[in-house]
Amino acid sequence: MKNLLEIRDLKVTFPTDDGLVQAVDGVSIEVAPGETVAIVGESGSGKTVTSLSVLGLHNRKLTQISGSIIVKDKDESLDIVSAPLDKIRGYRGRVVSMIFQDPMSSLHPYYKIGSQLAEAYLVHHPGQKEAANNKALEMLSLVGISEPKVRAKEYPHQFSGGMRQRVMIAMALMNDPAVLIADEPTTALDVTVQAQILQLLKDLQQKLNMGILLITHDLGIVAQVADRVSVMYAGRIVEQGGVDDIFYNPHAPYTLGLLKSVPRIGRAGSERLKAIPGQPPSLINLPTGCAFAPRCEYISLAPGDSCQTLKPDLLGLADSHRSRCHVPEGMRDKSFAAEIKGART
Amino acid sequence: MSAPLLSVKNLQKYFPTSKNVGFRKEKLQVKAVDGISFDLMKGETLGLVGESGCGKTTAGRTILKLIEPTAGQIIFDGKDITTLRPGLMTPLRVHMQIIFQDPFSALNPRQTVGKIISAPFEIQKVNPDGGVKKEVAALMDRVGLNPEHYNRYPHEFSGGQRQRIGIARAIALKPKLIVADEPVSALDVSIQAQVINLIDDLQKEDGISIIFIAHDLSVVQHISDRVAVMYLGKIMEIAKTEDLFSAPHHPYTTALLSAVPQPDPRGERSRERIILKGDLPSPINPPEGCVFNTRCWKVQEICRIKTPELLTVGKSSVACHFPE
Amino acid sequence: MPRFILRRAYFATLTILLVSIVVYGVFSLLPFDPAALTCGQKCTPAIVEANRVKLGFDKPLWEQYWLFLSGIFLGRTYGAGSAEFTCPAPSFGYSFNENTCVTDMLKEALPVTINLAIGAFVIWMVVGVGLGLIAAKFRGRYPDTLSSVFVLLGTSLPTFVTGLFFLIYVTIKWKIVPLSLSGYVSVFDDPVRYFQYFILPWLTLAILYAAFYTRFTRATVLETLGEDYIRTARAKGLSEKTVLLKHTMRAALAPITTSASLDIAGLIGGAIITESIFNLAGLGRMTLQSVYEFDLSVVVATTILAATVVISMNLIVDIAYGYLDPRVRVK
Ligand SMILES: Nc1ncnc2c1ncn2[C@@H]1O[C@H](COP(=O)(O)OP(=O)(O)OP(=O)(O)O)[C@@H](O)[C@H]1O
Ligand SMILES: Nc1ncnc2c1ncn2[C@@H]1O[C@H](COP(=O)(O)OP(=O)(O)OP(=O)(O)O)[C@@H](O)[C@H]1O
Ligand code: SF4
Ligand SMILES: [Mg+2]
Ligand SMILES: [Mg+2]
Repeated sequence: MKNLLEIRDLKVTFPTDDGLVQAVDGVSIEVAPGETVAIVGESGSGKTVTSLSVLGLHNRKLTQISGSIIVKDKDESLDIVSAPLDKIRGYRGRVVSMIFQDPMSSLHPYYKIGSQLAEAYLVHHPGQKEAANNKALEMLSLVGISEPKVRAKEYPHQFSGGMRQRVMIAMALMNDPAVLIADEPTTALDVTVQAQILQLLKDLQQKLNMGILLITHDLGIVAQVADRVSVMYAGRIVEQGGVDDIFYNPHAPYTLGLLKSVPRIGRAGSERLKAIPGQPPSLINLPTGCAFAPRCEYISLAPGDSCQTLKPDLLGLADSHRSRCHVPEGMRDKSFAAEIKGART
Repeated sequence: MSAPLLSVKNLQKYFPTSKNVGFRKEKLQVKAVDGISFDLMKGETLGLVGESGCGKTTAGRTILKLIEPTAGQIIFDGKDITTLRPGLMTPLRVHMQIIFQDPFSALNPRQTVGKIISAPFEIQKVNPDGGVKKEVAALMDRVGLNPEHYNRYPHEFSGGQRQRIGIARAIALKPKLIVADEPVSALDVSIQAQVINLIDDLQKEDGISIIFIAHDLSVVQHISDRVAVMYLGKIMEIAKTEDLFSAPHHPYTTALLSAVPQPDPRGERSRERIILKGDLPSPINPPEGCVFNTRCWKVQEICRIKTPELLTVGKSSVACHFPE
Repeated sequence: MPRFILRRAYFATLTILLVSIVVYGVFSLLPFDPAALTCGQKCTPAIVEANRVKLGFDKPLWEQYWLFLSGIFLGRTYGAGSAEFTCPAPSFGYSFNENTCVTDMLKEALPVTINLAIGAFVIWMVVGVGLGLIAAKFRGRYPDTLSSVFVLLGTSLPTFVTGLFFLIYVTIKWKIVPLSLSGYVSVFDDPVRYFQYFILPWLTLAILYAAFYTRFTRATVLETLGEDYIRTARAKGLSEKTVLLKHTMRAALAPITTSASLDIAGLIGGAIITESIFNLAGLGRMTLQSVYEFDLSVVVATTILAATVVISMNLIVDIAYGYLDPRVRVK
């Protein structure tokens, strides 16, 4: 297997008092070495639930999970969905690492930075205190923290937001993982600091040849760093493909709608934004057909009332470009191409 | 040229704080807003951008006199309101409204939507033709809410809808000025576009002047006639939107523009990016001279000594010793 | 020593001084004539006047207070000539009822109360935090249910009910623990009798707090388990044991310690009841007795002592919190 991570037909359901929440429904994503794969989607579309599944961080008693998540570690591989928990713990932070959205709350407030970093190494290298401390200092300077020796003895509250996210990255890289999952790593940061962190991730990726699974709701970030993209809506992937396919040749009405609704710098300011009407559906009572149907402008192009009655499949277009829509491909091609041109100028 | 609706001159807002030093408490000041000046014309939208903590919210609230200014002058509709007592401010509040960032905490969860939107009428004792209820229903319709939802509570609405409630409340009395404090930052793109369009339409119809606060440059560019870029409580550059975005003069504006990723992969690949070093300094102890000097790539000796004035460069006003 | 400790200690000392002034003032202004109270059955105005002079009640109030205060540090001499006697430093006054220095009474009673308080504290912390942790770990399952029954019982039964229950059933009816008639013995002299003497008072005093701390610990731990940094700890590959006992407990410890040290101060009230039920010769019983007998100097001394304990506990909490939570440490 050339991929480091293969998510296949992942389904995650949470039983709640109001009913079953189908947070993720049939997601498949692969990540290869040195590659950045983005998951983009609006709030509540299931991005975080997907990423937590990769580390097996959902409470198994309170969650129904199916499908498979194969993680490769040298010659071995493990299915996170079915493997026993102690096996998974051996992979966490060593083969797959994760950084989270809010660097302010993701570090333990009562432990020194240095010891939090060292701990990440010690879990997987028991007893090697000295090596752990050295590695911690090395990683701190790798992520651009000056005077690592001094700063390792400080506490998280003495660091700014951007610095803390650097520390989180350093911590995630303590065991040279094959895959890094970054869940909205810059959402809580300012744009100028965001630019620093994205640059840092890119540099580190080149140095360490990691695969990165980047989760974001910002199409600009996707355009800047991703090689391949999965667009999620209401727990499903509605379109998947190379970054250029997604941005210049979108095939799902939702992707097109997103691209049209973002304001862009440089485009004539007075031009009206093309908003998607309505709002995302509740995950408890998803529409029977296409989840996007209530907001979609292209229903009339689809045969009969298929949009309301049938879940569309994620079907291949060319290469690895896939989309989920009932409207025949030929018809989408023509009408979308004109629109996306308009949106790009 | 007609007189501006709002004129802000050298406005300052310092918050007192303190630090324990041994047995004493040392008194310090957070220089949240440190001498900003601008004019706002009738029907104009001024975008106020800058990073977190640069004083946007404080500026907006001080202008509305929700916070007392430390120094400077605010002239609204030809009247100096800088030191006006709260009691005398009340009648003026008909003309000045605010929309908040967080659509979740800005609305009282125990009041129905109808009650929230009719509050301004009650506070100002205004009785519109046909009664308050009819007027509120019309307002709800205007901002895209179903008037039948009059008796629902805020938690029954989504983020975008709650923001519409906040907007309805703000435009209820047909104000002349609205300060919109990051009204779309908490919303998803597809919803954000709906709300931006709504604000845009309402402004065109009613000729309201808006101070639109945001940290997202793309949004600001879209909605504003002019843009002011703030950094550590000061305005770095202020210009017409087209001018600012096509030819930024301040190094900070340039860096900010270059930091915003655009949804255009090919463009992103070929783009040169200016990456600023370090973090925002503390507003308690801002750098001497030009406040941007610790992160600027054009910094020279004079930047650390002399504070640059806001001067005209090209079509913009820029506070920099070495404008582009 | 860091500055902030000095600073807090300075303010704590000031507070204690202020409290002593207020307490002394309040008790002196009560509508009793202390000199008359010192005088037994056969009282003549002459004896009252003599006692007044002897005990210093003839002096102005501020001077009385000053004598009291300086007595704590220098000792105090009452009367003159052959009737002269001295309470050496630290002197907290003279009890006419017992005809001894208050300090000597305190010396007798204090060890009992301290042993009672410390033992009860240890039991309540171990039981409370332990049960709370278990309840949080097995949230919603039977250990959690069992612990909530304990919480309900513990918090709803008043101390005197549990105390009487122990006394009547465990000691008198079932004879599980023999009734201790011998009085206080040090643990070093006779550990068995020491435990027999204290075990039931400890339990009586500890149960209410143990129940309260079970609930408090459970809530704090559950809240901490939902924090982002706990998710980070799991994402590192740490075992659930390390996550719970190290990362979660470390964070939960700060609020638990704070509230525990404040509750030690509150133990004093519980101690009075417990000592009365089990007839322990501690500070609580002594104070109560002095109140009945209008033995004001003893009441003043114990009240100031209690206030000092409370204020010192507050000081310790402040300092401990500085060490437990690096965010509040003032540099
Ligand atoms: N433990 C849980 N129990 C019940 N529902 C859950 C749980 N975790 C997540 N959900 C629901 O699953 C859906 C997807 O959530 P998720 O956090 O993955 O969204 P997201 O795409 O990451 O959004 P955001 O951009 O806001 O982070 C949401 O509707 C959420 O309420
Ligand atoms: N009431 C207050 N007391 C003390 N300091 C304050 C107060 N309000 C704001 N500040 C400080 O003033 C500075 C400016 O705050 P302000 O909220 O105006 O920034 P902002 O530009 O709106 O930031 P954001 O983008 O995070 O909303 C900050 O450093 C903030 O900590
Ligand atoms: S399937 Fe239906 S709703 Fe979905 S995109 Fe196609 S037309 Fe629109
Ligand atoms: Mg998320
Ligand atoms: Mg703000």
